Amino acid sequence: MASNTKKKPFGRLFIMGACTLALFVGLLTQQDFINANFGKGGYYAFLPIITAFVFSYFHGAFTSDFWTVLGIEAAKKKGGK
Amino acid sequence: MHDAAQTVSNFIDLNTMNITYLFLVGFVGGLVSGFIGSGGAFVLTPAMMSMGVPGLVAVASNMCHKFPKALIGSIKRAKYGQVDVKLGIVLGISAEAGVLYGAHIQESIKRIYGDAGSNLYVSTAFVVILAVVGGIVLKDAISSYRSGNTSGEEKVTPLARWVQSINIPGTMVYFKSINAKVSVLFTIPLGFATGMLAATIAVGGFVGVPSMIYVLGAPSLMASATELVIAFVMGMGGAFKYAMHGLVDIRLAMIILGGSLFGIQLGAMGTTYVKPFMIKMVMGSIMVTVLFSRALMVPVYMSQLGMITKITEETAKLMKTVSFGIMIFALALGAAIVLGAMWQGKKAEQKSLAELAHS
Repeated sequence: MASNTKKKPFGRLFIMGACTLALFVGLLTQQDFINANFGKGGYYAFLPIITAFVFSYFHGAFTSDFWTVLGIEAAKKKGGK
Repeated sequence: MHDAAQTVSNFIDLNTMNITYLFLVGFVGGLVSGFIGSGGAFVLTPAMMSMGVPGLVAVASNMCHKFPKALIGSIKRAKYGQVDVKLGIVLGISAEAGVLYGAHIQESIKRIYGDAGSNLYVSTAFVVILAVVGGIVLKDAISSYRSGNTSGEEKVTPLARWVQSINIPGTMVYFKSINAKVSVLFTIPLGFATGMLAATIAVGGFVGVPSMIYVLGAPSLMASATELVIAFVMGMGGAFKYAMHGLVDIRLAMIILGGSLFGIQLGAMGTTYVKPFMIKMVMGSIMVTVLFSRALMVPVYMSQLGMITKITEETAKLMKTVSFGIMIFALALGAAIVLGAMWQGKKAEQKSLAELAHS
């Protein structure tokens, strides 16, 4: 599974990991603000939706690189036949 | 500390235990979703409710974790050439309508028959749909396995051949996963049913994926990958609707997403290692197991509504615990099959690479 020839994305893993960590720290330390504002409804509905996109961008890239760095990648042949 | 906000929005206090629990269930749910296109939600919603999260907030927060998860999963599987974006969007939009209608029915039932009535409706829908569809999927997977024809191309069902043969001018759309033109008059009801099911039991994919396979004639791998597009379209619309009413607890949604993105990457990669019938095997196994979990709760709700003799409080509590345990087991079973199949596929690939290197 691990590709020996391909360079592993350590740099991107670190950057995306740090951004993801910062997002989660913010989420858990700012709960008062979040609870007070994100549940107001109406136009405030954009807050949770935008948050979900931001988290998915950084955390999505981080988790993808995480498995690559561990040597877990898709099969070489597409479709698994 | 969060009193004012909690009174207004019913958002619970989080502790390390809750966070860890949601993260782990999110991971396993993500793993299964990455593989079969849906799943996990049927455990996540009751799991949140067991932590004291009100039902609607649990459903809303689950939906708000589902759409970004589905987005990441569909991007990943699109890299493997498994996604039919057009089919996903066409079904997703009609599914959105189904979600709105399903939610409306839910609200009406709750208003007329109360919580027990609503729960009975959800559980009965679970049991009937999972028995019929889950039975078909599992039977098909087992017969593929027994026939030994697991590597061959999947056969298009007679129903799908008929659907593909119908030409209704002005409504025909070409879909690459089916490699044929199909009338949107067929896809709209299928999407609508998927959405209605998503609004009722939280897992629209239990209808969406089998209908793409058996009614439209899409291959399993493409159907399960395309389901992620449907989940994204439908989930985003649904999450926005709930957020408009202030029901999304973004903290819960993002913690679950934290675990589920690790899982969905792994599950998506898993599909490249397995034979197509494994998608049906995992999906069918989960559906049939969850069916027992829900069936166990039907008498409890019937007793609450006075339709049968009263069941004691202790017995009801025990049945609820066993039912939840079976659901966790269903998800764990799905995850175990995915990981096992992936492991075997990986070993087979390594073996063939080693043989190639020697030759």
